[in-house]
Amino acid sequence: MKKFVNKVDEILSESLTGFGNAHSDIIKVNLSPDYISRKLKPTNDKVSLISGGGSGHEPLHGGFVGHGMLDAACPGQVFSAPTPDQMEAASNEVFNGKGILFIVKNYSGDIMNFEMGADMISHDNKTIIVNDDVAVEDSTFTTGRRGVAGTMIVEKTVGSLAETGASLGECKVFGDHVNNMTGSMGVAFSSCTVPAAGKPTFELSGDEMEFGVGIHGEPGRKREKIKSANELTKEIIDTILEDLKPEKNQEVLLHVNGFGGTPLMELYLLFNSAQKLLENCNIKVSRSIVGNYTTSLEMAGGSFTITKLDQNITTHWDSKVHTSALRWKM
Amino acid sequence: MNGAKIFDSIKNIEIIIHDHKEEIEKLDQEIGDGDHIFNILRGLEEILKLKDILIEESPEFIFKQLGMKIMTTVGGSSGALFATLLLGMSKKYDPAHSDLNNISQMFNEGVQSMKIRGKADIGEKTMLDVLIPVSKSLIDNSNETNISKVAEKISFVAKQGMLSTKDIIATKGRASFLGDRAKGHIDPGARSSQLAIEAIANQFIIS
Repeated sequence: MKKFVNKVDEILSESLTGFGNAHSDIIKVNLSPDYISRKLKPTNDKVSLISGGGSGHEPLHGGFVGHGMLDAACPGQVFSAPTPDQMEAASNEVFNGKGILFIVKNYSGDIMNFEMGADMISHDNKTIIVNDDVAVEDSTFTTGRRGVAGTMIVEKTVGSLAETGASLGECKVFGDHVNNMTGSMGVAFSSCTVPAAGKPTFELSGDEMEFGVGIHGEPGRKREKIKSANELTKEIIDTILEDLKPEKNQEVLLHVNGFGGTPLMELYLLFNSAQKLLENCNIKVSRSIVGNYTTSLEMAGGSFTITKLDQNITTHWDSKVHTSALRWKM
Repeated sequence: MNGAKIFDSIKNIEIIIHDHKEEIEKLDQEIGDGDHIFNILRGLEEILKLKDILIEESPEFIFKQLGMKIMTTVGGSSGALFATLLLGMSKKYDPAHSDLNNISQMFNEGVQSMKIRGKADIGEKTMLDVLIPVSKSLIDNSNETNISKVAEKISFVAKQGMLSTKDIIATKGRASFLGDRAKGHIDPGARSSQLAIEAIANQFIIS
């Protein structure tokens, strides 16, 4: 394993400390229990948004704490759900009169730990479960689809609505709506190495890719020979569109997300492939974002996320945001 | 049942899990994401640190503290579930009952709480495929006087439950994302649970 590390056990606390100091104008970091919150608590009454999950997906979620997005984020160990006392402490710190909205990716461990955290607090609270990954079929017999890169879009738009003073119920309904309008799917060219494991989570030979891979390097639905960017983009975009069933002339937000080990140059190439494809289907890419936002440590590969836009989602996507990883209009 | 016996059991669990570290890690990497073994070992290490503080306390109090410790240090599915198991167990201790009776009642309560927390049941390729049959077997044998015989039985039942996960298509947990691809693989949570049961049973089997 070749990683920048002092002691494997201290990777998380050292990284969090560095993150806190590097962005001390926006956020502060609390250790034991670990959570990241805004440097300045908002002065107006607002719903407080708390997300979290395993570490190793940076900048998700800590990088999205700040004005217009999250109030706090609870980082777990690498790829492991955070513990309930983190959610309890973060809730008590950021509660601002209007209730707590938890944003949780659809993994059993995250859901259970957030539920236990919610049981420990006295404030009104609701939870949005993000499950945008169309690679995994949804049915009543499974845990369901995974929450992946679409989570950032839910956090941005609901975060914006919360800043307007909307109620807990309104934020919850809007978050579920954005989640329903969003679909994602990814492909990996290489595995990633969890520091505690010291070796790659899975093996891919030089000419193979894992199709529909999860953001923890968990295997996808199939393993195939690598195809051209246009071919694999088409397969992924077709799968997402099949799920989202957009109308003709639908406006969408297109997000190309890197998993951490793929250069931006290639991500923009993928964006180009996807945009052309969508335009051929009479779908208009009116908002876009490209970059490493929901990563899987050093995994090579990336994912596409499409959100069908309506007036509300567009307004709340465009509104000002000031976090360490997303910042515009302020 | 007392603090010394409880911590002896935990130490035995830690030894057996440690001896099977690579195997469990490999099972998890095949159908999960590889974090299970590290979570389990971290949890065991944390609760063993409590030995000196808790050894003189009542079983009820010890189980509650162990549950809280797991809950706040482990994370992931296994942290939430094993914390729920221990907290559930802490609720059913009765000093007037025999050890076997206590263990049966406590374990049953803990496993019921896990089913609710995990929204899962038997046949879904999880640790519950081991823990539910063990709990049933303990209840069925809670008036047995030959403890060694009961220990042999639950050790056997645990192994059968663990092996049964091999041919189940997962519907819960991360393995469920794999569909058919997880078939033929033993669930890592079922394996670590079975090993823990075996470690405890071995303390009571007189061969």
